[in-house]
Amino acid sequence: MPHTTDTEAGEDAGGTGGTGAAEATGATAVTERDAGPGGDPAPRGGFIELNGVEKVFEVRRKTGLFRRERRQVRAVDGLSFTVERGEMVGYIGPNGAGKSTTIKMLTGILTPSGGRLRVAGIDPSRERTRLAHRIGVVFGQRTTLWWDLPLIDSYRLAHRMYRIPDARYRENLDRCVELLQLGALLDVPVRQLSLGQRMRGDIAAALLHDPDVLYLDEPTIGLDVVSKARVREFLRELNAERGTTVLLTTHDLQDIEQVCSRVMVIDHGRLMYDGPLDGLHQAGESERTLVVDLERELPPIDVPPPARVVRVEGPRQWVAFPASESAAALVARVAAGHPLVDLSVREPDIESVIAKIYAERTSA
Amino acid sequence: MTRGPVGQGRAADGTDGTGGAGGPGGVVTGIGEAARPGDTGWGRVVEGLRAYRLIAGMWLRSTMAYRASFALTAFGNFAMTALDFVAILLMFSRIDALGGYALPEIAFLYGLSGVSFGLADLAIGSMDRLGRRVRDGTLDTLLVRPAPVLAQVAADRFAPRRLGRVLQGALVLGWALTAVDVAWTPGKLVLMPLMLVSGAGIFCAVFVAAAAFQFVAQDASEVANAFTYGGTTLLQYPPTVFARELVRGVTFVVPLAFVNWLPASHVLGRPYPLDLPAWTAFTPPLVALACGAAAGLAWRAGLRSYRSTGS
Repeated sequence: MPHTTDTEAGEDAGGTGGTGAAEATGATAVTERDAGPGGDPAPRGGFIELNGVEKVFEVRRKTGLFRRERRQVRAVDGLSFTVERGEMVGYIGPNGAGKSTTIKMLTGILTPSGGRLRVAGIDPSRERTRLAHRIGVVFGQRTTLWWDLPLIDSYRLAHRMYRIPDARYRENLDRCVELLQLGALLDVPVRQLSLGQRMRGDIAAALLHDPDVLYLDEPTIGLDVVSKARVREFLRELNAERGTTVLLTTHDLQDIEQVCSRVMVIDHGRLMYDGPLDGLHQAGESERTLVVDLERELPPIDVPPPARVVRVEGPRQWVAFPASESAAALVARVAAGHPLVDLSVREPDIESVIAKIYAERTSA
Repeated sequence: MTRGPVGQGRAADGTDGTGGAGGPGGVVTGIGEAARPGDTGWGRVVEGLRAYRLIAGMWLRSTMAYRASFALTAFGNFAMTALDFVAILLMFSRIDALGGYALPEIAFLYGLSGVSFGLADLAIGSMDRLGRRVRDGTLDTLLVRPAPVLAQVAADRFAPRRLGRVLQGALVLGWALTAVDVAWTPGKLVLMPLMLVSGAGIFCAVFVAAAAFQFVAQDASEVANAFTYGGTTLLQYPPTVFARELVRGVTFVVPLAFVNWLPASHVLGRPYPLDLPAWTAFTPPLVALACGAAAGLAWRAGLRSYRSTGS
């Protein structure tokens, strides 16, 4: 049995396990980036692969003293997608759309009812603990940290439990402490941390073992603006420097705008949209708005269709036009024919874009 | 799973560490891969014990950082459990025998029950929090760690203050051993440690099975307490004071009788409950193993159902 534990040796011997740890560090660096020859079976195709994945829950409801109604709920219904190594993907959808269920299947918490699912070539539900070494998970609403103990204890435990080579652990911890500004918090019991501090602590905990992929379930929920910005900045840097694949679910569309290059929209367990953020606007026929301040109150100004005036309020008028078209021509036209004081362009609200996609799909 | 096997885990781990360090497996694969001790059942046990040791160790260090607080809570634990025995002493200020058992004999049963249960409670007493974890969803956070969930749940909030109960039981047992009138034979001497370890094992199995039940019924920790804390209280009294049906249930359904009643009957030279044959006094280790296996299966079934249905 190939039991090996360089770290374990290091643990027992204190600092003297240095050589073993150093070797392991080098090895890790290789496998992490480009699964070298003989390494873990390099995933063919995508790094995360879902093929017709289903999750059916059976909900039982009491309808009488002895009678029970059984109802099947398809939380995820034939979901297929592929995520390449190093991608940053936003996974969005309304409540109960199947986002969390997908994440739970990807992390091995839940067993799919059907379909094929692979993360780094591993079947998550069958090899949960093996997968655990390759992934980092941050649940926005519950912490993976040990609640009553100082933050540093959670990290020390991860060091041992994940068998992270000593040097690597120190390097990663130092980096996280610096970038996430955790220095003053390490000796504070987790329960005393603010939500934003705790979230940063959680993100660090998920990254100490150099995961290939980081799942974040609502990572910015309840955070203040500064904390949100800090988390987003950190994720971008992580992806740029380490090539970590990031998959995040969120309600905050700014998370997607500022972090993700690709967005997947899910509803009723099915993929509604998969592509770049810009494309989402097109798919949702989203519109930008030109806000025009005139010198005086006027009847709705004359604009070439498909642009149209959607609102008039005193001297101010709102002109909606397709997000895919340039504003320049429209602005020139308006400026030529009307006495202008000021102009501004408002970007579309993605929430309404998504709502539109839903409306379209459900009516179709 | 008392302190014995935990110590064993350390030894096994150490061996693995030196044996495998620098092996080819460690060089070509990543951190996780390098450390994975196979997918065999035994590998999982080793992994589980290692995780248990790491987590329990963390709580132990945390507790020991506040020694005064530890001393106080351990004393509190000691005093609270000692009240049970005080109640028995008070009873014996009025009577000479209970169910045909004199005070030293009752103390013998009490000590055996207390130490066995105390060891189990110390090792995995936190398992009754499982229902809460399922309810609030924090069980998910355990499922994303590279360690068996059972070990993580068992070691969570490892509370050394529970040594108080073990110590209290041991003191009563020690006194009982000096006071009872027993013709010691080699068999009886062997039976003593065997009883304690097996008893702890049986109680551990009850803890695990009760926790497994909480996957299905999340509010069942009170039911679990009836079998664990209730069980140890029951065993403090001789089987002769209980209804035959109850004794039957405690023998054949939830085999707590094997913790002390049966083996103690042999040591004390008392008639066996339910007129069981004499050799049954030596079966506690087998019963403990069987209970452990059954509890393990129940746990697996519970966890599997959780992973297919979620919270």
